[in-house]
Amino acid sequence: MFHGPATGPGDDQAADLKSRLGLKLFIIYALIYAGFVAIGVVRPEWMGLRIVWGLNLAIIYGFGLILLAIIMGFLYHLACTRLEERLNHKEDQP
Amino acid sequence: MIYEASTLAIVIFTIFVAAVLVLSFYFARKTHSASGYFAAGGTIHWGVNGIAFAGDYLSAASFLGICGMIAFSGYDGFLYSIGFLAGWVVALFVVAEPLKRMGKFTFTDALDYKFNSRGIKLTAALSTLVVSIFYLIPQMVGAGDLVVPLLGLPHWVGVVIVGSVVIFIVATAGMTSTTYVQFLKGALLIVFSITLTAYILNKGLQREPHPDYHHYQSLQASWDEDGGLVTAGGEVMQVVAWEPDTFVLVQQDGQGTWYRLAGGEDAPVLEEMLTITTTPDGQRLYNEAPQAEGRFYQVGHLSRIVSDGQEVERSGPTNPFTFLSKIEDSEVVRYTRTSFSWEGGMVTAWYPDPTPGRDIMRPGLFYKLEQASVWEKLNFISLMLALFLGTSALPHILIRYYTVPSPRDARKSTIVAIAAIGFFYILTLYMGLGAMINGIIDVESSNMAGPLLARSFGIGLFSVISAVAFATILGTVSGLIVASSGAIAHDLLDKFLGLNMQDHVKVRAGKIAAFGVGVFAILLGILLKGLNVSFLVGLAFAVAASSNLPAILMILFWDKTTSRGVAASILVGIVTSVGLILLSPTMYNHYGLPPSSAPFPLDNPGIVSIPLSFITIVGVSLLTRRNHGRNGVAH
Repeated sequence: MFHGPATGPGDDQAADLKSRLGLKLFIIYALIYAGFVAIGVVRPEWMGLRIVWGLNLAIIYGFGLILLAIIMGFLYHLACTRLEERLNHKEDQP
Repeated sequence: MIYEASTLAIVIFTIFVAAVLVLSFYFARKTHSASGYFAAGGTIHWGVNGIAFAGDYLSAASFLGICGMIAFSGYDGFLYSIGFLAGWVVALFVVAEPLKRMGKFTFTDALDYKFNSRGIKLTAALSTLVVSIFYLIPQMVGAGDLVVPLLGLPHWVGVVIVGSVVIFIVATAGMTSTTYVQFLKGALLIVFSITLTAYILNKGLQREPHPDYHHYQSLQASWDEDGGLVTAGGEVMQVVAWEPDTFVLVQQDGQGTWYRLAGGEDAPVLEEMLTITTTPDGQRLYNEAPQAEGRFYQVGHLSRIVSDGQEVERSGPTNPFTFLSKIEDSEVVRYTRTSFSWEGGMVTAWYPDPTPGRDIMRPGLFYKLEQASVWEKLNFISLMLALFLGTSALPHILIRYYTVPSPRDARKSTIVAIAAIGFFYILTLYMGLGAMINGIIDVESSNMAGPLLARSFGIGLFSVISAVAFATILGTVSGLIVASSGAIAHDLLDKFLGLNMQDHVKVRAGKIAAFGVGVFAILLGILLKGLNVSFLVGLAFAVAASSNLPAILMILFWDKTTSRGVAASILVGIVTSVGLILLSPTMYNHYGLPPSSAPFPLDNPGIVSIPLSFITIVGVSLLTRRNHGRNGVAH
């Protein structure tokens, strides 16, 4: 049942770059999330505005935040994998 | 409500519990080392770990609590889904990989790896225990709620069953069996939530929720010459003026029923209510009759359906977009709670409250944001802040990073978790709204909306959904008890007290700790029956975000952080968040005191306790920096 041998993480030369990228993405998402909270607090009536497909801003923004988290997660993973392959592979070369 | 147990439900439930126990036996034979017990040997595949993350995270709060809150309060319940999922962004982008690199078995290991500080060991272990216990309470309350309709057993029996099974799972094979229970549960929860949502969309909207739905009466009334209220629907026995409402007891065929006066002075109308009367001698009457007579009905229906601009009786099958837009165009009758005293007794009543769909589909029914006071707005901000920052500080979630081989696997499993959890949270909106309009709500328990909705589609679906919900609780409680057991055996006994236990002794200590925490959780689950599980989990998030997150972030991103700063911030986070919760309006209401007399005006402490914890770590680190050697400062 997927029980493979444990492998050590080794030195990750991409760790700093990944950390900085993660922080940037976190800030972007936090600002978008804060926008949702701010509308709820300052202009709650906007949440009822119909936007598209008969759905209001509350639904579009709420679903959007969930889907955005998934999409940003995939993009972050792709970027991290590329950084790991580039930097850790280069480090392995003589 | 009175529930009848279904044989099929009992069979499915028994098969599920048996399967879980067999799984635990199987892995118990392979678990001998501390690494195996506390971290599954670090050998779990990232895909399995990702779904197990979902199984761990999607607790009773997610399935029972959120569906219930949406069913009662519309979009405001969905705010929890948004906040819970957003928290995973912090976990993925900031915490996942560094934590995997820093830790070994427990959250404390990660915080302490640069410092080797007894202060951090003690405070981080305490924080793990406090957060886990706050999180355990709603799970156990939810377990009790669930067995009432599933097995026809009292609430406390459900709590004892969950507690006993979980103690067995954790005490036999620790993190390995816990991981596979969570994996199975996470997968089943998502599959059957999709199934339930498909049923909801296929049924669409209809004014008659189901053939057995009780038709709540509206009686035309008038004033007689003496100014008394009369109605052709029965004999008015009692009129109770209770600002701002008036309640009327009407005798019909020898049976009393409470109504609420509506319609204004010129055209008074009596709207039938649901009531629970507690008489002075302690007897409880359900709609003025003993509970066994079955006069206490389920509620929640559409009073007006607008489909494509036309008012209709039923919409027919809908797609995910039209389902939401049609509800927004329609009108739902919710039942709002109130209470009044009468003849020395207390009447808790739920009266019909027709609510436009546009109000249901946006925030405002629970969190009154329009015309809200500053405190109400701060309460909303505080909740959203705690949900966003709490996930990545939950010890039972963080320890799952140690069960995979590498930081890269930690990252990949987090992404699988986000996808699975995000998809599930979108489904909660459909399940909650489905419960709201399909006449299945038990006003006594908001936590039962999801399973009762499944029952309206057939006993087979109900049985499976209930078993899955039960599994949901098992999976999460197992993770919480593993985290607590690690905090006691590994952090406190082995590291803080310096017992330097051998591997097998540490495993034994972990199992004994698991037993102790399990028994404690059972007691809490019985004592705190009746609270909404999502609300309680929101508080656990606030405690986690206050006590743990500032320490994690500052260790990762501020190299002037000192061990004393970390310990002080954890302590301040725990004390302020728990203290403010105990002084909050909701807790005052729970104590039987007026909520307005609560010294702290917010229900969620995050907006105060999280910044305070950050200020503490910065301040104390700056003050103690000179006193530390190189080992005392993060670098």
